[in-house]
Amino acid sequence: MEGIGLLSLAIWVPIFVGILILITGGDENSEGQRTLGLLGAVIGFAITIPLWTGFNTGTAAMQFEELARWVPLFKINYHLGVDGISMPFILLNSFTTILVVLAGWEVIKERVGQYMAAFLIQSGLINGVFASLDGLQFYVFFEAMLIPLYLIIGMWGGPNRVYAAIKFFLYTLLGSLLMLVSLLYLFFQSGGSFEILVWHKVPLAMSAQILLFIAFFFAFAVKVPMWPVHTWLPDAHVEAPTGGSVVLAAITLKVGAYGFLRFALPIAPDASHHLAGLMIALSLIAVVYIGLVALVQADMKKLIAYSSIAHMGFVTLGIFIFSRLGMEGGLVQMISHGFVAAAMFLCVGVMYDRVHSRQIADYGGVANTMPKFAAFFMLFAMANAGLPGTSGFVGEFLVILGTVKANFWWAFLAASTLIFGAAYTLWMYKRVVFGAVGNERVEAMQDINGREFIVLTLLAVGVLGIGLYPLPLTQVMHASVDNLLVQMSHSKLAP
Amino acid sequence: MIMHAMTLTLPDLVPALPEIFVLFMTCAILLLGVTARQTAWSYALTLLTLVGAAAITAFDSSGSPQYAFSGQFVDDPMADVLKLMTYLSGIAVVIYSRAYLIERKLFRSEFFVLLLFATLGMMVMISANHFLVLYIGLELLSLSLYALVALDRENKLATEAAMKYFVLGALASGLLLYGMSILYGLTGTLELNKLAAMVYMGVRSPTLLSFGLVFLVAGLGFKMGVAPFHMWVPDIYQGAPSPVTLFIGSAPKLAAFAFTMRILVDGLQPAVGDWQGMLAVMAVLSMAIGNLAAIMQTNIKRMLAYSTISHMGFLLLGILSGTFAGYSVSMFYAIVYVLMSLGTFGLVVYLSQNGLEAENLDDFKGLNSRHPWLAALMGMLMFSMAGIPPFVGFYAKLSVLQALVGSGWLWLALVAVLFSLIGAFYYLRVVKILYFDSPNAGVLPLSVHADSRALLSLNGLAVLLLGIAPQGLISLCVYAMQMSMQ
Repeated sequence: MEGIGLLSLAIWVPIFVGILILITGGDENSEGQRTLGLLGAVIGFAITIPLWTGFNTGTAAMQFEELARWVPLFKINYHLGVDGISMPFILLNSFTTILVVLAGWEVIKERVGQYMAAFLIQSGLINGVFASLDGLQFYVFFEAMLIPLYLIIGMWGGPNRVYAAIKFFLYTLLGSLLMLVSLLYLFFQSGGSFEILVWHKVPLAMSAQILLFIAFFFAFAVKVPMWPVHTWLPDAHVEAPTGGSVVLAAITLKVGAYGFLRFALPIAPDASHHLAGLMIALSLIAVVYIGLVALVQADMKKLIAYSSIAHMGFVTLGIFIFSRLGMEGGLVQMISHGFVAAAMFLCVGVMYDRVHSRQIADYGGVANTMPKFAAFFMLFAMANAGLPGTSGFVGEFLVILGTVKANFWWAFLAASTLIFGAAYTLWMYKRVVFGAVGNERVEAMQDINGREFIVLTLLAVGVLGIGLYPLPLTQVMHASVDNLLVQMSHSKLAP
Repeated sequence: MIMHAMTLTLPDLVPALPEIFVLFMTCAILLLGVTARQTAWSYALTLLTLVGAAAITAFDSSGSPQYAFSGQFVDDPMADVLKLMTYLSGIAVVIYSRAYLIERKLFRSEFFVLLLFATLGMMVMISANHFLVLYIGLELLSLSLYALVALDRENKLATEAAMKYFVLGALASGLLLYGMSILYGLTGTLELNKLAAMVYMGVRSPTLLSFGLVFLVAGLGFKMGVAPFHMWVPDIYQGAPSPVTLFIGSAPKLAAFAFTMRILVDGLQPAVGDWQGMLAVMAVLSMAIGNLAAIMQTNIKRMLAYSTISHMGFLLLGILSGTFAGYSVSMFYAIVYVLMSLGTFGLVVYLSQNGLEAENLDDFKGLNSRHPWLAALMGMLMFSMAGIPPFVGFYAKLSVLQALVGSGWLWLALVAVLFSLIGAFYYLRVVKILYFDSPNAGVLPLSVHADSRALLSLNGLAVLLLGIAPQGLISLCVYAMQMSMQ
């Protein structure tokens, strides 16, 4: 290994800046800590840009690879690399870090340094998840990222934060631990290797594949989250501070779906085909049932949380119909949801900072006092509902298109989201933003300041950019998705 | 090996040099304690003794087992590594405890003498190659510990704990002796190597062998503190003065590991099929009882006692896999556990200032807003105990699981994982108390004790750094085991 690779920098620079912030001490230095946090986030994002510009879209092979021995005795490697599936997430993650640093700029007044450090360290760890090509290294990052998130929810969250934080941690830990055992099993099956790419080629009996798939299902379905293992998410989302909700929605949910693409599908292709019907059913339940659940929420954050689950149902649906359209649709949907959900949570955060309530009933007529904000919120609400021209449309449309080819009635059910999504989002929007000014607290609301304006503008650009011209994004994915589908079409059952 | 019938030559003593040195120094400190007014001398000399013993052990070590006293005593690389770790924990205990003992007027020479005698006992246990030597080492350790628990004789709880410890400990010793005598009757030898050879060739009555084994394993279970022989652990951990709990929770675990290895692996490896099942039952029970009971505790020392039980159960998993890899990772696990336990109890001792015993979980409330660094250390230790990467506790668990899966105990690995999940809950609760709660009103600020604070920091950071780069420690364990078992 010569020099330090880009991916290593993308992982370790935010972590080191985070540690640096912790060293600077307590709240007496909070101004400097904020600046340092922003600096770290911006540098972290800048580092990842060459991953995009220097990316070779013509190959499915891993790029920007780095390989070193880490724990030779256990054959654990420090092996990094990205393909068209993982690379966009690293960018998304580093971009989101800037947003969450800005989101906590004024609101977080206590333990500022720890807040900034937690988010930066978290960002580095998540980059590690997406860049790992060694199964155990993946696991280390996958688990380690729970720690900062646990602290973020528990330290800066809402009234019920302790319950939410512990539930979040234990729920996700259960799945991870089962995965750990299956990683060890794969280690012995592959003749002593933790390399994910080697595992992709290991022949496995059907029974083993199904057990592995179930273990991966527990690990990743909890993260996605798929119905019925989604119950931690509304709690965690609602209780987390705005920045925490943004990271949860925009990034950590994607880790789950990414895990399916990187582990479950290529390692256990036969089991994946065998169980695809079940997965599709769970996805459709998420889309339809959770969509209905979202409709009746009185709490805005909860509503967005449920809408996230419904949107992620689309992603898993797209993945498990095993077609290029579906899979790319799922991937685009994930990136888009990263922007849209982040934006929605930030919008709720903006209102919460002023009124300190998340209840829809406490608002009304916000457009009168915050016209600029109302315009942004409108855009994001539309994107959340999947309006053409916004990023929300592209992914959903591709997935539905792919599903129609597979089975009309699945597509019919999936398409109901266009109605439910519009219903719950726009109904909430109407009750919150339009109408007469609801009460004196809304009356007193100030329109967004410069910092909030910048954050929302950044997101608006992303949402519209992907919505109007998604080609660069899908181009990056083509080769890798095709490669995955080819892998999926070959049985791995031992001859 | 040629036996010189009961003639001791000087080279024959060389493998036991560290023990001889510690014995000599301990007696010297004992005498000094009677005459000198200043306990500080005992303190300094104790540290010196431990450092000196470490130097001798390191200098004395060789790549293969060295026998002494006609084969009754063995000095192999496994013993060297474990002894070095024992000295290290001794040093940590001495430094962590100083301020606590001074504040409570317990800073007396006896503490150090007893601690050194216990250390000597552990060294003998670690190096024993003979049932009687093992037993002598064990009793030296146990008797010193009984006295240490009762060190604060005004304290009713501690006295009661010492009584319990003594009665149950004596019972366990009895069980061990009974098992040993049955095996002696069966094979006619007390020497572990010979015993292994005899068992390997086949004994007259396999039933009697199993019968004796049951008593041995039960005795071992008592001494290790694994279920269903764990009842003494929570009471003793809670009742003993915190520095003594710190000590009981650290190095004796290494000795218990060595003890188990010597008896079951060195002496009874051919009967592996017999003891594997027993250990499996004990391991599962320990993980279940330890992890479940810890959830309900409000006293941190008691909670950590139950956590110890579950960790010892996990350690047994490596041994029961019956493979070389399993033994090495169990050793790794024992060392890692001792490191974590030292840090955690060290913090409990450190926070017990201004007349407050930081025993209840509530005493840790909001530590992050009072002392962020100490809270961070405690947090890291808790995550490490829970087995969350990137802390070293994760690799300890991982390596044991790997050995289990590799030797075909997949179901046991799944059980272990399940109980780890349950265990994660109470470690997380400590983190919650440290970080999410507000401090109790009216807590006095802590005074800084630079020496123990620095060592605690090192201790905590070691848990993180060894987690990021675990290769060195693991390969040391594998190497030591390899060289000792040839």
